[in-house]
Amino acid sequence: MYRYDEFDHAFVAERVAQFSGQVARRVSGELSEDEFKPLRLMNGLYLQLHAYMLRVAIPYGTLASHQLRKLAHIARTYDHGYGHFTTRQNIQYNWPKLEDVPKILAELAEVEMHAIQTSGNCIRNITADPLAGVAADEVDDPRTYAEIIRQWSTLHPEFSFLPRKFKIAVTGAPSDRAVTRGHDIGLRMHRNADGEPGFEVMVGGGQGRTPILAKTLRDFLPVDQMLSYLEAILRVYNQLGRRDNIYKARLKIMVESLGVEALAELVEAEWAQIPDGTLDLPIEERQRIAAYFAPPSYVDLPDESSALDGAIAADASFAAWVESNVHEHKQPGYAIATISTKPHGGIPGDASAEQMEAIADLAEQYGFGEIRISHKQNLILPDIQKTDLFALWQALGILGMSAANAGRISDIIACPGLDYCNLANARSIPIAQRISERFSDLAREREIGDISLNISGCINACAHHHVANIGVLGVDKKGTEYYQVTLGGVSNENAAIGSIIGPAFDEWQIADAIETIVDVYLQQREVGEKFIQTYQRIGPQPFKEKLYASD
Amino acid sequence: MPLIKHGRLVEDRWHETDDFAEVQTLAPLGPVIVSLDVWRQHKDAILAFDGPIGLRLAPGQTPDLAAADLHRFEVIALEFATFTDGRAYSQARLLRQRHGYKGELRAVGEVLRDQLTFMLRCGFDSFSLATAQQAQALLEAVEEFAHWYQPALDGRATIPALRRGSGEKSSPVAAGCAATWAY
Repeated sequence: MYRYDEFDHAFVAERVAQFSGQVARRVSGELSEDEFKPLRLMNGLYLQLHAYMLRVAIPYGTLASHQLRKLAHIARTYDHGYGHFTTRQNIQYNWPKLEDVPKILAELAEVEMHAIQTSGNCIRNITADPLAGVAADEVDDPRTYAEIIRQWSTLHPEFSFLPRKFKIAVTGAPSDRAVTRGHDIGLRMHRNADGEPGFEVMVGGGQGRTPILAKTLRDFLPVDQMLSYLEAILRVYNQLGRRDNIYKARLKIMVESLGVEALAELVEAEWAQIPDGTLDLPIEERQRIAAYFAPPSYVDLPDESSALDGAIAADASFAAWVESNVHEHKQPGYAIATISTKPHGGIPGDASAEQMEAIADLAEQYGFGEIRISHKQNLILPDIQKTDLFALWQALGILGMSAANAGRISDIIACPGLDYCNLANARSIPIAQRISERFSDLAREREIGDISLNISGCINACAHHHVANIGVLGVDKKGTEYYQVTLGGVSNENAAIGSIIGPAFDEWQIADAIETIVDVYLQQREVGEKFIQTYQRIGPQPFKEKLYASD
Repeated sequence: MPLIKHGRLVEDRWHETDDFAEVQTLAPLGPVIVSLDVWRQHKDAILAFDGPIGLRLAPGQTPDLAAADLHRFEVIALEFATFTDGRAYSQARLLRQRHGYKGELRAVGEVLRDQLTFMLRCGFDSFSLATAQQAQALLEAVEEFAHWYQPALDGRATIPALRRGSGEKSSPVAAGCAATWAY
């Protein structure tokens, strides 16, 4: 894990002092709410329906146990005893008091955390593959590069007042677990013919009311030239991006109107004029950062574990959890365990202070004290010995966090929706709870298999419903909440945007509609077909016919 | 309007206009800051006055549009139409780094305390304020951070440079010198 040095510590302390001064000026009345707004928005502080909301950055989704304990402490001391993990690997607190925020930030700084650039029209928290460093298919650990970008982009003098928010995701693997094509810039590491590592640079992805998948701007960018190339993209965007209409201001709109080839010409021309060496990463600097992410001291183990095999044979519930929530590790004898924040009927992404503390303990007891946050709002323990999986699962059961549903239909991504968010048109959480309860039968969930279902409470699409196999979008029709369904979205390396299936459903119809969609799939699928494969083979028509049969 | 230049509150001797008729009434004494349009339409006449000249670029007007003439301007004013319009930051960096502009670079428009360090680091060295009362707060803001991560134009050593133990400073004087800018 990356550790702050004296300079990082000093910088974050200075930022806390600066923001504390800004809050003091607001509390004293020197600043109006209008004047304070752009300042608080540079530090993750939103004014929501009922209270302020503070979004804390979890850079590239990696946390240490002591950091998770601090997040728990903040939840208990300054909030209502829980936090909400987001699709951008952050955590949100829904009820902080304004005057407590400087104290919260000071507490975060103690554990090398902050809320810098978790909102505002700047380069947001850098996200990455949650399985970085432990996935078997990885070229290199993306966190080295995400950390370098984090530092470079922190309070950047030129790029802190962009036309719109700007999101960057990095993956080091061919399997895309970071939705890179859903970001303003997606970086995918691969090797060229000479075996050198570099990035495919994708630009102009985004969700919101105009969902667009990022297009490839450059096939191969040598890793040492990453920052100068990012600077070229950002400079072109900062100068030419639209500022007249908030809905047309993202980079994706520029890519659509110019065309990716024309943008590539502008970026390459700008890049050519940045003096050589200006931002090049010396190999020593890369190695220095990479050393923080060096593999922990794994024990040499046989890959097979008879204890694990025995437990799987003896306990069907455990076997189901292993099947859905345990992922292959690159190190023999180890596994990656997903902790679902989505018990049936629960609130996706929420974790209580007690749960966070217990997970921090488990990460130390069974792993190396490290926890990952995934864009699916789950927590991941990256280094568990296979032999320990059964004990881990039992401990998670006591916490109510042993749901065997990772990648299943009740592994719902949901935004906070109208229960919290002042942008929302409709509630997301109660709909997620209702659908999840509908599919609470484990055998049925296993029968349905791999599928993704995401619910956004408004067109801003925070829950990524466009790239879900089944997307649900809350809309408001004359004061009544309705839910529009899209089918066919995909968020991995074969990313696709879903299509609207037909007229929206009201809150009492939506769970039935989801069930109908699933039934059509089960009836129509061929052996071994996942939901998305069946949908891609048969198209929307059979689903439409069943959904709107009585119309 | 009150002006901070090189860290001090000073009197602004420049007159600014986008009307050529007004430029003529000021000539030959000047000094005058003209808009890009006035400059392009009346360049020869303005040069004939032989007084100090400044240029104002609106957001979105790339410095390339006046690249050949930049050495003629003692002041270039860049406009912050709103707090959130960040185009002038790129204009400033391009003027300093790419075009090697050495004259006064002035921030005008919505110039607020909390933007000041961003502006300084992009190469601005003067700031036009709405009220003189703002001056002290602005100057305090400069001291809020000791060091930054990115190479910039504020003359301070970057964190990467300090980590290497070199403590080498980036400097406005050395604008465009690649070695000084190394990450």
